[in-house]
Amino acid sequence: MAAAKQSTTRVKTSAAKAATSRAAGTSTQRKTRSKSTKPAVADFTKDQEVKAFRDMLLIRRFEEKAGQLYGMGLIGGFCHLYIGQEAVVVGMQMAIDEGDQVITGYRDHGHMLACGMDPKGVMAELTGRIGGYSRGKGGSMHMFSKEKNFYGGHGIVAGQVSLGTGLAFSNHYRKNDRVALTYFGDGAANQGQVYESLNMAELWKLPCIYIIENNRYAMGTSVARSSSQPDFYRRGESFGVPGKQVDGMDVRSVKALGDEAVTWCRAGKGPMILEMLTYRYRGHSMSDPAKYRTKEEVQKMRDEQDPIEQVRKRLLEKDWAKEDELKEYDKEVRSIVAESAEYAQASPEPDASELWTDIYR
Amino acid sequence: MPIDILMPALSPTMEEGTLSKWLKKEGDSVSSGDVIAEIETDKATMEVESIDEGVIGKIFVEEGTENVKVNSRIAVILEDGESADSISDAASSNASATSEADTEQPADTDQASAPVAAQPKEASAPADPEIPAGTPMVSTTVREALRDAMAEEMRRDGDVFVMGEEVAEYQGAYKITQGLLQEFGADRVIDTPITEHGFAGLGVGAAMSGLRPIVEFMTFNFAMQAIDQIINSAAKTLYMSGGQMGAPIVFRGPNGAASRVGAQHSHDYAAWYSNVPGLKVVMPYSAADAKGLLKAAIRDPNPIIFLENEILYGQSFDVPDIEDLVLPIGKARIARSGTDVTLVSFGIGMTYALKAADELSAMGIEAEVVDLRTIRPMDVDTIIKSVMKTGRCVAIEEGFPQSGVGAEIVAQVMEKAFDFLDAPALRICGKDVPMPYAANLEKLALPNVGEVIEAVKAVTYTD
Repeated sequence: MAAAKQSTTRVKTSAAKAATSRAAGTSTQRKTRSKSTKPAVADFTKDQEVKAFRDMLLIRRFEEKAGQLYGMGLIGGFCHLYIGQEAVVVGMQMAIDEGDQVITGYRDHGHMLACGMDPKGVMAELTGRIGGYSRGKGGSMHMFSKEKNFYGGHGIVAGQVSLGTGLAFSNHYRKNDRVALTYFGDGAANQGQVYESLNMAELWKLPCIYIIENNRYAMGTSVARSSSQPDFYRRGESFGVPGKQVDGMDVRSVKALGDEAVTWCRAGKGPMILEMLTYRYRGHSMSDPAKYRTKEEVQKMRDEQDPIEQVRKRLLEKDWAKEDELKEYDKEVRSIVAESAEYAQASPEPDASELWTDIYR
Repeated sequence: MPIDILMPALSPTMEEGTLSKWLKKEGDSVSSGDVIAEIETDKATMEVESIDEGVIGKIFVEEGTENVKVNSRIAVILEDGESADSISDAASSNASATSEADTEQPADTDQASAPVAAQPKEASAPADPEIPAGTPMVSTTVREALRDAMAEEMRRDGDVFVMGEEVAEYQGAYKITQGLLQEFGADRVIDTPITEHGFAGLGVGAAMSGLRPIVEFMTFNFAMQAIDQIINSAAKTLYMSGGQMGAPIVFRGPNGAASRVGAQHSHDYAAWYSNVPGLKVVMPYSAADAKGLLKAAIRDPNPIIFLENEILYGQSFDVPDIEDLVLPIGKARIARSGTDVTLVSFGIGMTYALKAADELSAMGIEAEVVDLRTIRPMDVDTIIKSVMKTGRCVAIEEGFPQSGVGAEIVAQVMEKAFDFLDAPALRICGKDVPMPYAANLEKLALPNVGEVIEAVKAVTYTD
């Protein structure tokens, strides 16, 4: 089956390279509570590797299917796929406990699946059906689950950053030991309210983990072209918010740093910024031909750093799984996804009366 | 089972495109993520990526073919052990989201004719609670009434807290939160940095996770910094979440002109917020309404814009001394009965309406004055009933005329009471200019009692 991807037009750019090289050697700023780290990665157990593999694969296959349904006209509007970034959300989810909250922007399908939301409900929301999480009234960018502590799904770039700070405020107010994971991208990191939030979070020691998914491009604008200070983990320095940077393509590194941040927050030490160096394979949204980067750049990431391939290799090398078993996992995941796609097409559109519901309580 | 590869759409509006190039040929093996073809439209060139593994069994559309319809079969992938013989000319039966039937617009299957949307339920708000005869009345300023409302609700519910600039140690920029820090402590009465966008969003996040924030803006002029969070997050989340998650939050503070504070500190935002479904907008005039409606707002599960007025803060009104004064949001109040003309106003606009009504009475014209109290949802019934009795209507507000609250009132009257009107409904508004600083110009920019009287004379054809 097929899904549309980027343009073949090639525009040479060195933007991404500039961003990574700058991000690499920055451990010598003055007053560095923040630092760039390539931490010694704690190895996963077999169970952890298998879980990470399956969870990431579910997101990958789900997104491929979503792309396909979009291509068939079954999904409308905007549809931002998470392919390539799976290790970030899967690794972070492995670091938190039940009751901790998650909030993100509009590239949100992966976060919802990682939170344990039902793929059927997510896919049916993408197709705008009554069986969707928002009864078809939210769409790709707007889904929520009180049960799974997933607070959306927000379409205004960086809007979720203040909201996530509010979730952390609730935890602090209730003294309940929970942490709020607030995800945003390198593009959102330039919005003013991010800094308003960092200031308050540090001032009041709110248990908020700000996860900056640096996938190098804010839509079509590279980090180098948008950010005077491209080391996003340092963006909290003037407020005293510590920050760390990690290889967001390696689920073990993400999890290890996540553990550290969660411990920090639960100890009442306030917020922390985690910059995840990651990459999205697809365009910004389905209608983006991605002319701002080269095909080779994308291919190189896929070949050398794919988060799922990394785990697959380790599973095989350590003889924790046979090729056949991995195929079997893939088959299972594919059948879950196929089921969600069938459900998303069988579920009826919302009744016309739904137009007028849920405006007020 | 062979898997069909269909011509994808690059956008919801694309119907056909050119299959410009095959990157795989029959017999090639493909895996998930491999680019197998390129397609072109007049807008862009895109790649077709496989999401399945197997071998390209057959290619149906040669490269270079133009006008290939979206969702038509362009190739087939064979899985392990399948041979090309199993490919039929008909679309394969592997239905996984690829069969022809799926390309039908699902919207059309169950709704033959244009759908008729149900109308919203117009639930009318309950009447004000009875105030028992003999209830003592206490002269109270609007300022004290608002403070008492917050204090009572904070005593009642530990999830209620107040945050904003200077609300705690300074005791409120306009002293509305006086004494709250002393009673409830710094965990529940929270001084924020000057960071409206941030703390408005923080408040909405706290509300989404179940707390009951009262967010004070030093003035609603500053809430312009935060209006994105108020509208995009607070007002829309309940709908976007299919009813799962709302934001029970009160945004309150002074709104509109004070006295000679210039254009950036004098804006009346009643019309702005009243334009937004998902918000309720309350704008009280009297101290009793301020108290009873603020208590109701704090208990309401929806986001509330509570518009106060600096000039009214110091004015005293009788407030009934009862245990728990909660008034209905969405219910207007007949502030004065009359038979000759209906004056509709709210907030500080009521000062013009009531004074004009007194002067008109001396001239033999009895005005009925409707105090809306809530701008959204608007109690249109009360307005219409009054206009059906008087046959004439003048709406009074300090806000700008275009797309103002008065414009809405007049439109409602025209739509619902046209046959009862004996004259066109009129509006008295602030002048269509940024608020000037000079004392004389500011006075000219605001409505005045004389203008209201002139408008009433016009609609009653009085010389």
